[in-house]
Amino acid sequence: MSKTRFFDEMNGYGDEPRALYARVAEWLLRTPPEVLATRRAQAELMFRRVGITFAVYGGNDDTERLIPFDIIPRIVGHREWSKLEEGLIQRVTALNVFLSDIYGAREILKAGILPPDIIYKNPYFRPEMSGRRVPHDVWVHIAGIDLVRTGEGEFFVLEDNARTPSGVSYMLENREVMMRLMPDLFSSYRIAPVDNYADALLAALRSVTPATARGEPTVALLTPGQYNSAYYEHSFLADRLGIELVEGNDLFVKDEIVYMKTTEGPKRVDVLYRRVDDEWLDPLAFRPDSALGVPGLMNAYQAGNITITNAVGTGVSDDKAIYSYMPEIVRFYTGEEAKLSNVQTWRCREPDAYKYVREHLDELVVKEVNGSGGYGMLVGPHASRADIDEFARKLDYDPANYIAQPTLALSTCPAFIDDAVVPRHVDLRPFILTGSEGSRVVPGGLTRVAMREGSLVVNSSQGGGTKDTWVIEDTNLDSKGA
Amino acid sequence: MLARTAENLFWLARYVERADFTARIIDVTSRLAALPQSYRGAGGEWESALAAVGALNAFNASFSETTESNVVHFLAFDETNPSSIHNCLEQARTNARTIRTALTAEMWQAINSGWLELKSFEERRRTGEYSGIESILPFLEFVKSVSLDFDGAAYRTMLRNDAYWFNRVGLYVERADNTARLMDVKYNVLLPKSETVGGSLDYFQWTSILRAVSAQTAYHWVYRESVKPWLIADLLILRKEMPRSLIYCYDNLARFLDHLGKAYGMQATSQRHTRMVLRRLENATMEEIFQEGLHEFVTKFIDDNNRLGGIIAEQYLLI
Repeated sequence: MSKTRFFDEMNGYGDEPRALYARVAEWLLRTPPEVLATRRAQAELMFRRVGITFAVYGGNDDTERLIPFDIIPRIVGHREWSKLEEGLIQRVTALNVFLSDIYGAREILKAGILPPDIIYKNPYFRPEMSGRRVPHDVWVHIAGIDLVRTGEGEFFVLEDNARTPSGVSYMLENREVMMRLMPDLFSSYRIAPVDNYADALLAALRSVTPATARGEPTVALLTPGQYNSAYYEHSFLADRLGIELVEGNDLFVKDEIVYMKTTEGPKRVDVLYRRVDDEWLDPLAFRPDSALGVPGLMNAYQAGNITITNAVGTGVSDDKAIYSYMPEIVRFYTGEEAKLSNVQTWRCREPDAYKYVREHLDELVVKEVNGSGGYGMLVGPHASRADIDEFARKLDYDPANYIAQPTLALSTCPAFIDDAVVPRHVDLRPFILTGSEGSRVVPGGLTRVAMREGSLVVNSSQGGGTKDTWVIEDTNLDSKGA
Repeated sequence: MLARTAENLFWLARYVERADFTARIIDVTSRLAALPQSYRGAGGEWESALAAVGALNAFNASFSETTESNVVHFLAFDETNPSSIHNCLEQARTNARTIRTALTAEMWQAINSGWLELKSFEERRRTGEYSGIESILPFLEFVKSVSLDFDGAAYRTMLRNDAYWFNRVGLYVERADNTARLMDVKYNVLLPKSETVGGSLDYFQWTSILRAVSAQTAYHWVYRESVKPWLIADLLILRKEMPRSLIYCYDNLARFLDHLGKAYGMQATSQRHTRMVLRRLENATMEEIFQEGLHEFVTKFIDDNNRLGGIIAEQYLLI
């Protein structure tokens, strides 16, 4: 099998569609481009109307902020999904125990699996949480794990998002639009539904109510406010969950209990689904200039009177150096081998790795351990000599701040761009929910597409789009090698 | 409900109602100002338009001349005038966006498309298409249609719970204020005089008041006689069937505040205050009002109505 070509979700390495995609391929053959273009226009219209706020939050120009939507679905087979699901649950389970451990007994450091400074020097490590337990020992209630595929049955984890992962509103909205636009294609498969996500999320949030709460738990969603880029998702989720969408000013703390200000007077909040980063949560504990937070929230949290989801301090596991230890972390806490592979990663803090990276900068992707969104990153094969030299100086200055990975052959998926169906690179972010009863994955996720030819960058800030992701329940469509 | 949500719902309704009223005032004033001097009475139409929306002082602070184009600009588009139509619609949309989940899709669409239309109108205006009052009339029609859309959407699509009641309370507090201010500015022409009916110089002043509250036809249905100033005052103060009269507004305020009181299991200052004002209106006659002085009556009403706004804020919005 030649590795010079990318694996295509529809056609594999050949020109024959995979069994999973046969119906999509046939639909693409018999549907003229004009019809596809009409469908795309209808989809856009529906996004503006249904998710109107995609459009209007950009300010004066109402078209700019529509994230491109591609109408050709991304399909994941039954068996592929079952394996991913097991791997994701295993990974999130390990992450939760890992966080309990590093803020607790620190067995993993005592066992010498991780170098201690990787934890203590991490900017997302919260000393305030040391020695603290969180309700039901759940730290990461909502995780978004970014996966890429490079071949049949070959999925890799690219990144763990255990702070406040976003994008789930697109998963739900994309599905709404597809069901309405292509009912025939849709019903030609047995597609696992995703619209129970809101119920599953609410159940998970209610399950982690603190022990001191009385009666029906009150859950609220904390947003930084309408000028935040993800505000639409916040209001969308609050709406779907039927919970209050609160800002910092709507909450106050009295006697270590958090209340929201309502027309009927103060009402106790038991679980706070926050979409505000740690450092803004409480001006008394973290950044004193935060106007988004609630003074005293951390006291209430430490007194065990409120559950904050995700817990404070989970950002430490998003670190790319820690990511590189995930196989060891999974083995240490679960006694099993990791079911989901990591991308091969060189830790520049280690002399041998550093030497290798230094000699192969033009082949590798080098990232800052705490970088995100493509910031502070070198993509060797696409960089100029000057860029590489400049990056080398930064790397030499502080090797421990960097990791390197091979340039991945991300799979492609057919996309309808302009007036033609063409392959474009994709990734996949499933969402894993964890409550007191364990973890579950809603079958589906957010497929992000690099809309530009050849581009491997799927971030929406860099022109990436999204697709609906279909997890197929028909077992007879599974590929042999999957 | 979150106190902030209730506050936004309350003010959202007020801003939309205020934009509508300001548009009506500009509309009738421009008609009046277009009449030959001999039909207009004392003149000063644009000053009284400013007074009716409570913007006279603010206007004088930034303009030296009370010309039509200055006043129209100030009332409709000026960003330094907190009550300009521009600012009302801008504020309404900001409020709506903050409480997106408390509104129905139809209400949001009414506000949002109104706002988008405002932007495009202002863009056309910037490129020099504005040439006097004529080009402003379609804009005024548009503003009225935004309030019709929004109000209709609220009426037709909202659940009848506290969100709806706060919306209605905001609407009627603002409307009562607007009607009262309109009368306060025009009270001198509404006083009973012994002039020949129909031949009065003030006739066009009277009809412009009716026009400002969309009540020309209503007047004739209710009174079946020619326009008389004291009947206009009666219509705007004491007639329950008139949807902009003070008594109609308070009838509704009492009802919606009652709903809130029942739902929250507590009647308090705002309910008592509203019933007190309503009782005074119900027991009043026009003879007594004129005796006491129309101006005094209206001024006291405006104060009481303002106080109600404050009491509602204390009771429900500023926890």
